[in-house]
Amino acid sequence: MDLFQIAIIITKIVVLTFIVVLPLVPLSVYFERRFSAIIQDRVGPNRVGIPFTLLGFKKDFHFFGLIQPIADGLKLFLKEDFTPDHVRKAFYWLAPALTVVPALITVCVVPFGSPISIFGHAEKLLVADLDIGPLFVFSVASLSVYGITLAGWSSNSKFPFIGGVRSTAQMISYEIALGLSIVPVLMYFGDLNLSNIVQQQADHGWLLLPLWGHDADHTLTSKLLFWFPAAIAFLIFTISIFAETNRMPFDLPECETELVGGYHTEYSSMKFAMFFMGEYAAMVIGSALIITLFLGGWSIGFGLDAEVAKLHIGDFYFGGFIHMGCFLTKLIAFILFFILVRWTVPRFRYDQLMKLGWVVFFEAALINVFLAALIVAAPDLEKTIIGIGAILLVVLTASVIWVAKVSEETPKTLRA
Amino acid sequence: MPSYLFWLFSTIMLIGGTAVVAFRNPVSSALSVVTCFVGLAGLFIGLSAFFVGVIQILVYTGAVMVLFVFIIMLLDLKDEEKPSKPLLPIAAGLALVAAFLVQLIGILSNSPDMSEPTLSKATLAAAAAGFPADGKIAAALQLGKLPDVHLIGNTLFTQYNLPLQILGVLLLVATVGVVVLSNKQAD
Repeated sequence: MDLFQIAIIITKIVVLTFIVVLPLVPLSVYFERRFSAIIQDRVGPNRVGIPFTLLGFKKDFHFFGLIQPIADGLKLFLKEDFTPDHVRKAFYWLAPALTVVPALITVCVVPFGSPISIFGHAEKLLVADLDIGPLFVFSVASLSVYGITLAGWSSNSKFPFIGGVRSTAQMISYEIALGLSIVPVLMYFGDLNLSNIVQQQADHGWLLLPLWGHDADHTLTSKLLFWFPAAIAFLIFTISIFAETNRMPFDLPECETELVGGYHTEYSSMKFAMFFMGEYAAMVIGSALIITLFLGGWSIGFGLDAEVAKLHIGDFYFGGFIHMGCFLTKLIAFILFFILVRWTVPRFRYDQLMKLGWVVFFEAALINVFLAALIVAAPDLEKTIIGIGAILLVVLTASVIWVAKVSEETPKTLRA
Repeated sequence: MPSYLFWLFSTIMLIGGTAVVAFRNPVSSALSVVTCFVGLAGLFIGLSAFFVGVIQILVYTGAVMVLFVFIIMLLDLKDEEKPSKPLLPIAAGLALVAAFLVQLIGILSNSPDMSEPTLSKATLAAAAAGFPADGKIAAALQLGKLPDVHLIGNTLFTQYNLPLQILGVLLLVATVGVVVLSNKQAD
């Protein structure tokens, strides 16, 4: 590996992680505040700007409040970083970093756009073109559990501890639904490489909008048939991402009414802010993953992608940047959806949350895997085998629902 | 794998492994195991076994060790007190270490190929002949890539299909057993 390649990789890491993704974190905080204000019929933060009135002008210049996140960050930087006496110091310091770092590491497998090329040298717009994309994201994201758990435990006080324990149980539970729900998607694409998955969607229609690029291997009927398992997978995956990122309606680890603040009660200043950075970074990455797997990633769609990739000025093919713009647009739209859900859906109770994860999503995802397998394999099978498979699937679904109903019937009184 | 990466990850692993025993605080020990596992995953990934490395992190670090930490925290274990050091266990431990060391030296000195096996394009393309020509595995091997996920899947579901299914039943039995046992406790 020569110096030139290393330089390119470092440039990609710096640009994609710190210039593209990291600013999305304060931006989504801003969106969160303004959007919630609109929902609640308030104005929201709109004042921070250049105070021209101090210089004798008639009006201040505010950038629609867009500078508010910078002011917030500055405030948190300047606050006293107080470490309580009763905490376990090493873990107390480690915990905030452990929530932010995994979320930022997972950026490296997200494809931001189609390859750009200059003077015949093509360069993909992602840091690491791994053949195990989604698994890598899951595995690294699962490390962020430690951050929250350790924060709760090392604070050495009741409420943060309960918050940490809740969060651990919740994240482990929903990881199972998360992993199982994308199995149908991976079966359909037959690939774990995220950039290949997006390329396939650009060529043959997004998973949830398969309306173009039909050919012998990708007929419209087969794609429309697969739409159903894909939609179920999308629902389970999206809701599990909500739970994994500890967002409303699943933000039980930080229940103000019950736990004072949650796992970060004992934290102050920038350490406190890092938990929020971690949460919002996880939200950005989660949205990016959902878009990449289900909504076509950087693809503009409707068969336009091949044309866009051909755009060039001389030897500089810049279609990748247009795709990147498309990806970021989708990303921001999805973040807005996250925020909309937060401010409209009420919070779950903890037993409801666990039940949703273990009884509903786990079983639904499992049955969805069988359904998708049947649909994917159907063209190669005989009619009778397909019929038997379908009957078995219906029986399985019925029995799972029956078992769930039966086990629910006798509520037991708990004895201490 | 470049040798400096090998040394980096094996050092991380060894430090983690030693720290498990050295720390007196159970949570610190559990986190040292996590460090050790991350180093191990790094070694796997360096050997082009991406899938094994990632599953190592996903299963052991992300799930099993989280449960360990969880239980340790809930039990609120106190720091281990230093036990008195009787001579016999220490001697036995040293003898075991010596025996393994001798074995390791024996194997390493006899192994014919001490150099790093290369994963060249020619080797991969030659391996492609063993797979159906129109499949994904052969296509990837021809391109000089190692499709490790596809290879593992292929091996598991063709050569070891029956053992895999038996394992699946075993896991199911274990799950049912846990449910039954926990219900018994609740009654």
